[in-house]
Amino acid sequence: MAIDKTCELFECGHRACGGCGAALAGRLFLKAAGTETIVVSSTGCMEVFSTPYPETAWKVPWIHSLFENASAVASGIESALKVQGRKENVVVIAGDGATLDIGVLCISGAFERGHDITYICYDNEAYMNTGIQRSGATPYDASTTTSPAGRVSMGNKRPKKDMPRILAAHGSPYVATASIAYPADFMQKVEKAINTPGPTYVQVHAPCCTGWGFDGSKTLAIGKLAIETGLWVNYEMVDGEVTKVKKVVRKPVEEYLKEQKRFRHLFKPALATGEIAKIQAIADGNAEKYGIDIKLPPKKDVEPV
Amino acid sequence: MALEIMEGSIAVAQAVRRCRPQVVSAYPITPQTHIVEALAEIVANGELAADYITVESEFSALSACVGAVAAGSRAYSATTSQGLALMFEVCFNMAGMRLPLVMTIANRALGAPLSIWNDQQDSISLRDAGWLQLYAEDNQEAVDLHYIGYKVAEDHRVLLPAMVCFDGFILSHTYEPVNMLSQEEVDAFLPPFVPKYRLDAASPVSMGMYATPDYYLEFRYETDQAQKRALEVLREVGKEFGERFGRDYSELVESYQMEDAETALVAMGSICGTTKDAIDEMRTEGKKVGLVRLRSFRPFPSEDLKAALAGVTRVAVLDKNITLGAGGATARGAVALEVRDALYGSTIPVLDYIIGLGGRDVRIEDIKKVVALCEAGEGDRFYGLRTEVL
Amino acid sequence: MALNVGCAAPPGRATDNKTGSWRVFIPRFDNEACSKCGMCQLICPEGCILQTEAKEFVPNYDYCKGCGLCAEECPKAAITMVQEEK
Repeated sequence: MAIDKTCELFECGHRACGGCGAALAGRLFLKAAGTETIVVSSTGCMEVFSTPYPETAWKVPWIHSLFENASAVASGIESALKVQGRKENVVVIAGDGATLDIGVLCISGAFERGHDITYICYDNEAYMNTGIQRSGATPYDASTTTSPAGRVSMGNKRPKKDMPRILAAHGSPYVATASIAYPADFMQKVEKAINTPGPTYVQVHAPCCTGWGFDGSKTLAIGKLAIETGLWVNYEMVDGEVTKVKKVVRKPVEEYLKEQKRFRHLFKPALATGEIAKIQAIADGNAEKYGIDIKLPPKKDVEPV
Repeated sequence: MALEIMEGSIAVAQAVRRCRPQVVSAYPITPQTHIVEALAEIVANGELAADYITVESEFSALSACVGAVAAGSRAYSATTSQGLALMFEVCFNMAGMRLPLVMTIANRALGAPLSIWNDQQDSISLRDAGWLQLYAEDNQEAVDLHYIGYKVAEDHRVLLPAMVCFDGFILSHTYEPVNMLSQEEVDAFLPPFVPKYRLDAASPVSMGMYATPDYYLEFRYETDQAQKRALEVLREVGKEFGERFGRDYSELVESYQMEDAETALVAMGSICGTTKDAIDEMRTEGKKVGLVRLRSFRPFPSEDLKAALAGVTRVAVLDKNITLGAGGATARGAVALEVRDALYGSTIPVLDYIIGLGGRDVRIEDIKKVVALCEAGEGDRFYGLRTEVL
Repeated sequence: MALNVGCAAPPGRATDNKTGSWRVFIPRFDNEACSKCGMCQLICPEGCILQTEAKEFVPNYDYCKGCGLCAEECPKAAITMVQEEK
């Protein structure tokens, strides 16, 4: 299936913020999925900005039931299609709160049962729809409205939950991470996920200008910095084994952190050297775990002839 | 049509099979487990062309039904008690999305304290969810209400999910003679499901959108209107069932010995069988007692009930549930509140008896005592409490 | 107009909502400088950048929110954000 870049299945007029990473994720995954797709949305930003009655942005069949049950609803749809002898793709699109927190039970069940569904998590690293509260996907030290930085707090105290590995451990044949900063890669992964039988998972990093505190024109630039610093890794896992990783010449994490208000407390009023070092250690750990570092050839001291 | 002696749960499973659901999604919990076990066996033996989803919770059981029905398939689930409580959010959602389903409720108490035994607190607590709620007196009725339930729920004048409630253990685990319709008979009565909308790439639709304050009120109004239309559709389909198969369900309230009754009992479910026996005995003792049995609690047949109770001297309601905190210093169950509402403006006293909660046995002599209490003007209380708490 | 049963709706009605009114800055496209790579069209979160028969990219200003992503990502710097006169 060729990617048709002109195919617009996500209509204009939706109410996402200007420069919204999730809206771009929505457009892109639909381009990759195509018209023969039934979409199940969890409650969340994307659901809300795209479907105030009767102004839906969706041009494919779409359903929203609840916050936490999208994968169970998708299970029922897939089951019904099977009995009816129909062949549409069943794709869940859900935020990180719906995926890593409140929906884990339903996702675990659906993946364990082996339904032929593709689950896409647009990861904007907090509950954005309700006002930027922390989720299991919020990175270490990010300030959110429920993990605010303060006199005795440096923000969120825990690193991101590793949902892709959790689903790989369920026996998912295809698990991938992606970023809206690399649209073609994301679309290819969605396509691959859909074309792989069984429950597959794609977690796409979708920077949120409103929640993270940067200008909406920088959404892709921030996404790229996440990858270039090693704080987000794009990879694919086939049958539980990492098969492909995006390699980078890494930049120090400060370059990513300093662009976002959610990390401002690491720089003002004083440079939080120790905390930044911990975040650098997370990036170093990712680099080690996934082997993302491009080894530049050592510079030779050229002797003047 | 021969009578077969069957366990209630098995009879229900056999009835469900004949309704041809394409998706069965259920989680095991006592006492409805036998139903879903029997259906699993039916599917495993190729006797029903359904996909059987072994979900990881009741919450997902009903959520999967939402998906299946939205995709255009007839679906089925069964639950009870805590499981139904876990489905709470999905129940409201499914009715609001106007997705028809039949779900069997083997009625059981809600904890704490944990109790696996019967009362009707579980389904009653979902009173406002928008589902039809039908209550069976015996296993024959439980079976028949599944056929009727699908036909009414899927009627485009209604489009609401339905709970077919039958008392856990008392009916679900009891062997009774049941007349099972043949597959051909059910097929002739219950046509295949024709959805109003379905998820289909050939004709896209967005389902489950959110409503701003400009629209929400209207959608709630329309769901209430569908409940009101269901009153008539239930009567119509119940009548058709009677004409085809000889068991008439056109009445949403059933009167027993009410012609000259001075004291009317009002109840739902299996307690009505005991009550009828008690009435027979009291009649031989010269007491003018009758029973008005509610077959439908949602929609609530207020007008029918008012007509059935016209002319009685007093009403005693047997409530297998309690609306905790209602009634000021007295006690109230949900049925009594509805009965009072239906009789609003009349001078007929309505006294309530919270009875049989958590599986406490209700015997003929208990019904007689309730009638005596009612005649003495004493009521709006728990019946049969242990003396330690008094 | 009757409401759809169960708060369902036909596809794509979001176009009734003209989000162009949100805009403060407006992207101006320099078709001379444009290399026709299509990046702007691909990454627009609104999906409101269209390509003409002459292969030129043109935003639909009815929906463009003026976020500036296209200008930021254009490899030829052929898109400029300017304050919109209203």
